[in-house]
Amino acid sequence: MNAAAPEPKANMGQPVPRYDAVAKVAGRATYGSDMPLDNPAYAFLVTSAIARGRINGFDLDDAKRVRGVIDIITHENAPDLKESKLFSNGGYAGTTIQPLKSADIAHDGEIVAVVIAESYEAAREAANRVKVSYTAATPSASFDSPGTTKAAAKGQNAQFKEDPQVGDFAKAFDEAEVKVDAAYETPTQHHNPMELFSTSCVWMGDDLVIYEPSQYVYGLKNGVAEQLGIDADKVRVVNPYVGGGFGSRGSMTPRTAIIAGIAKRLNRPIKLVPTRDQGFTIATYRAETRHAIKLGANRDGKLVALRHEGVEVSSRADPYCVGGTKTTTRLYACPNVDSLVSIVRADRNTPGFMRSPPEVPYMFALESAMDELAVKLDMDPIELRRVNDTTNEPIGGKPYTSRSLMGCFDEAAKAFGWSQRSAAPKSMSDGDWLIGYGCAATCYPTQMAPSAARVRLQRDGRTRVEIAGHEIGTGAYTVIAQTAAERLGVPLEQVAVFIGDSDLPPGPVAGGSNSTASTCSAVMMVCDQIRQRMFKAMMPRQSLTDKAKETVGIGRTPTMQAAKSDRTLDLERAFDALGVGVIEEYGEWKPEGAPPDSFKAMHSGHARLVGGAAMKDKIAYAFGAEFVEVRVNRFTHEIRAPRLVGAFAAGRIMNPRTARSQLMGGLIWGMSSALLEATEIDQRTARYVNDNLADYLVPVSADVPGVEVILLSEQDDHINPAGAKGLGELANVGTNAAICNAIYHATGQRIRKLPVRLENIEV
Amino acid sequence: MRPFSYQRATDPDMAVQALSADAAVDNPLTRATVQPLAGGTTLIDLMKLDVMRPAAIVDINPLAEGWSAIDPGRENLRLGALAKMSDVAAQGEVQRNYPVIANSLKLAASAQLRNMATLGGNVMQRTRCPYFRDVSYENCNKRNPGSGCAAMDGVNRMHAVLGVSDQCIATYPGDFAQALIALDATVEITGRSGTRSMPFAQLHKAPGSTPETETALRSGELISAFVVPGRWPRSVYLKARDRQSYEFALSSAAVALDVQHGAIKDARVALGGVATVPWRSREAEALLKGQTFDDGLAERAAEAAFADAKGRQYNNFKIALGKRVVARALHRAVTMEI
Repeated sequence: MNAAAPEPKANMGQPVPRYDAVAKVAGRATYGSDMPLDNPAYAFLVTSAIARGRINGFDLDDAKRVRGVIDIITHENAPDLKESKLFSNGGYAGTTIQPLKSADIAHDGEIVAVVIAESYEAAREAANRVKVSYTAATPSASFDSPGTTKAAAKGQNAQFKEDPQVGDFAKAFDEAEVKVDAAYETPTQHHNPMELFSTSCVWMGDDLVIYEPSQYVYGLKNGVAEQLGIDADKVRVVNPYVGGGFGSRGSMTPRTAIIAGIAKRLNRPIKLVPTRDQGFTIATYRAETRHAIKLGANRDGKLVALRHEGVEVSSRADPYCVGGTKTTTRLYACPNVDSLVSIVRADRNTPGFMRSPPEVPYMFALESAMDELAVKLDMDPIELRRVNDTTNEPIGGKPYTSRSLMGCFDEAAKAFGWSQRSAAPKSMSDGDWLIGYGCAATCYPTQMAPSAARVRLQRDGRTRVEIAGHEIGTGAYTVIAQTAAERLGVPLEQVAVFIGDSDLPPGPVAGGSNSTASTCSAVMMVCDQIRQRMFKAMMPRQSLTDKAKETVGIGRTPTMQAAKSDRTLDLERAFDALGVGVIEEYGEWKPEGAPPDSFKAMHSGHARLVGGAAMKDKIAYAFGAEFVEVRVNRFTHEIRAPRLVGAFAAGRIMNPRTARSQLMGGLIWGMSSALLEATEIDQRTARYVNDNLADYLVPVSADVPGVEVILLSEQDDHINPAGAKGLGELANVGTNAAICNAIYHATGQRIRKLPVRLENIEV
Repeated sequence: MRPFSYQRATDPDMAVQALSADAAVDNPLTRATVQPLAGGTTLIDLMKLDVMRPAAIVDINPLAEGWSAIDPGRENLRLGALAKMSDVAAQGEVQRNYPVIANSLKLAASAQLRNMATLGGNVMQRTRCPYFRDVSYENCNKRNPGSGCAAMDGVNRMHAVLGVSDQCIATYPGDFAQALIALDATVEITGRSGTRSMPFAQLHKAPGSTPETETALRSGELISAFVVPGRWPRSVYLKARDRQSYEFALSSAAVALDVQHGAIKDARVALGGVATVPWRSREAEALLKGQTFDDGLAERAAEAAFADAKGRQYNNFKIALGKRVVARALHRAVTMEI
């Protein structure tokens, strides 16, 4: 075993290589804009140069003269599209701002025209020649701009149901022996997945096929159908591979229905590949946030009071928010808790889900404040977490289904060499570099969603699994194949997986780290249906259910491993008994606590995640601990993070290789979020300035020489049949605080605003 | 990107002739409608962004045979303008006798870009000012002379504090040019009337009231070589930046010293990432010459280098940073083993 394929521990699957590895390395994996189209026309977007105001008119003469231009679509001649509700409020859309509806401009980079031409080059050239005349109004860019409005999130965003509270915070804080009262800030960030926000729309009569990177093909299919006013059965979304999502493709963007509408009118396939900078404004992003944290503790470190107030930016049109207080108010034992989340509306595009949406900003604030508290208490920060560790969350008293937080701290601390740390700030150095060690807790809710699956087993053992899941780079193909192979007892090479197609049985949105738990639970259930049919055929006179359970393990969770008494299926015998050549089963699985109409919602593309803090009598989270070494140059104040070490526990690890990759990527992104990433907004114009990958910094390999992932064994029989907790969004949560805590240790300077840049360091 | 004609020049005369086809022959090269193409790492980007809209491209890569030699002579170092950045950075004698040159090249861009980009193209690299590179901003005196400067009160963290004018604060982004200007290099320019030489220091033009001009090159002219006099084994290039690689300088210093018997006989100091053009600090050099090095002297020299600096809202930090970078680079140069 090499580092990339960690030796499985208890309750872990095999670290098999990716199902799609060779296809990807060989360039055979086909992404949305790779799909061959018959005689396509090409679209190029023109986006607004103002953030607020009106379009006076267009001068299209120059553009129309470009050879190959077919048409130029503006609000004056755009296809008529129906409105779409916001994803967070039960709809499909990431924004309710519908471009090309009127002359009004609601944000920077709004689509104002679509040029259609015979080639990409002609469309681009003509788009460059489109002249738009505007009457600009003064926009509100962000928190401190005049003209914004602020209101509580509760009551305006259906997904934000409560401001968690318990006990008497004010009194407890007032009387607390040790207090932290601090304000934190996180910046605007954009997902910047490698694959651009392309879409290709092909009509065949009244049937529409969309090739587009999507994290939710059923949502997109239903959403586009709704906007076009056609039956959802007429729409098919296909994307066998998605070049990164990170949340940006979970909800529908306006571009798809616009292109579909134009393609219908033109009666020709249309391919749109927007530019990188257009991706900053035609899709969603992580909005900037502000936090006020108050912690009160006894001298022994026990928390007695905790208040977390968060403020987030959203668009004028939509009340999007992430509301991470549902996590931060429940993480530690504390009898008196208060919280409030508010939304500030500005002239911006609507923000949306971005990897660990609530936890990244909110946990940065809490875990920074915990470190500040540890300093005030003169206590090791790990011990502070241990003192406040809990088996039950404090708001409703519900038990965590499993919680390995301190196990993670201990493992990671050992691997990192935390005992070598001298506690005083500015006490460690190496030549020009001050050295700091820091740590923080990380966590992410365990979520599940209803999912269907179809499994077909042939006599020779060849197996086909169909599910409208999504391969966004995480390893979905691989873990689904592993699950089916293991459950049916067929070799992994015999399993073919088909995902990323809305004509397949509905799967969940690839968001909230629910995919593995949901799709694998569904696949397990359907494989069991196959086993049950076979068993019935082979042993017709036995009491089926009871005998099957005891003999072939149906109904067992894989976390218990294949029990010794389990018998392998004898396929030949079973097929002989059945008298057929192929068995195919379809099934629909839903997690415990899913509402009664879940399956209906699943088919209509309304994703419903359950789990996390929202369960009835329990609470389910994955946990981890992250340790960081930072180096701060005494002279240049450059900040580097040469070592990132994380230990994580997330129930059953389906594949230690793909899990490790996810967690590594998370740690690196967390570092990036702490030190590099920020979308710069011109405060005068409310426009994004560094809207490209040269100026929006992400780490290069030289920035991350040392990344270590430790997977802990954990078994949890209370979450889902697969026993898996989502971990895709687990690792990038704690890193922000861990880095700032390490910077404090290196320099004695507490930095409460991200990203930390060299000008913020005063050594 | 807009349609353009493409021509390969197989010899210098042909290149000059093709480049001279520009309607306005004495246009500054930045405004010329015929543009030379070498590595293409700047020009192609700017054409895709619709910032540069040349009607014709003259590919000068076929001239590489004659124009890419790395020639370390006894008296000077001659570098062909079409030498690749990566080749020069890896050349042994350049590394030994001109570490400031080798490191300025090695610390620039990414390996892929250094393999493509040429020295001549590198010094002609245009600013990374985001308002310059996005044509949806009307206010850019470089792109639209007289239209104003969006960066002046905008997002200007990366912008210049030295050599600025009320028309433009765009930073000259390169690294190699700092080494050239520090070492008193000359640049060889081939044009219609043959080859001429000028001090490298005269190649770039501070923005003043004509930020669109940028360099002394006219349409029809090409850089054919750089000549660096003397040898500078005691020289360093220090670059402070947000990430460890593939990133422009927030502040950099090219320092070369001639230290004899403990005294600084000659000193060269140039600054990058902080100025509108490759920036030589003769003020710092004057303080250093004839002195014995100590940290106090380094700080006074650094102070002098930034005496005229003008910070704005987001780039004000570059003044303090730049001083520390200069002082540290001097320290490194003095203490380096040669």
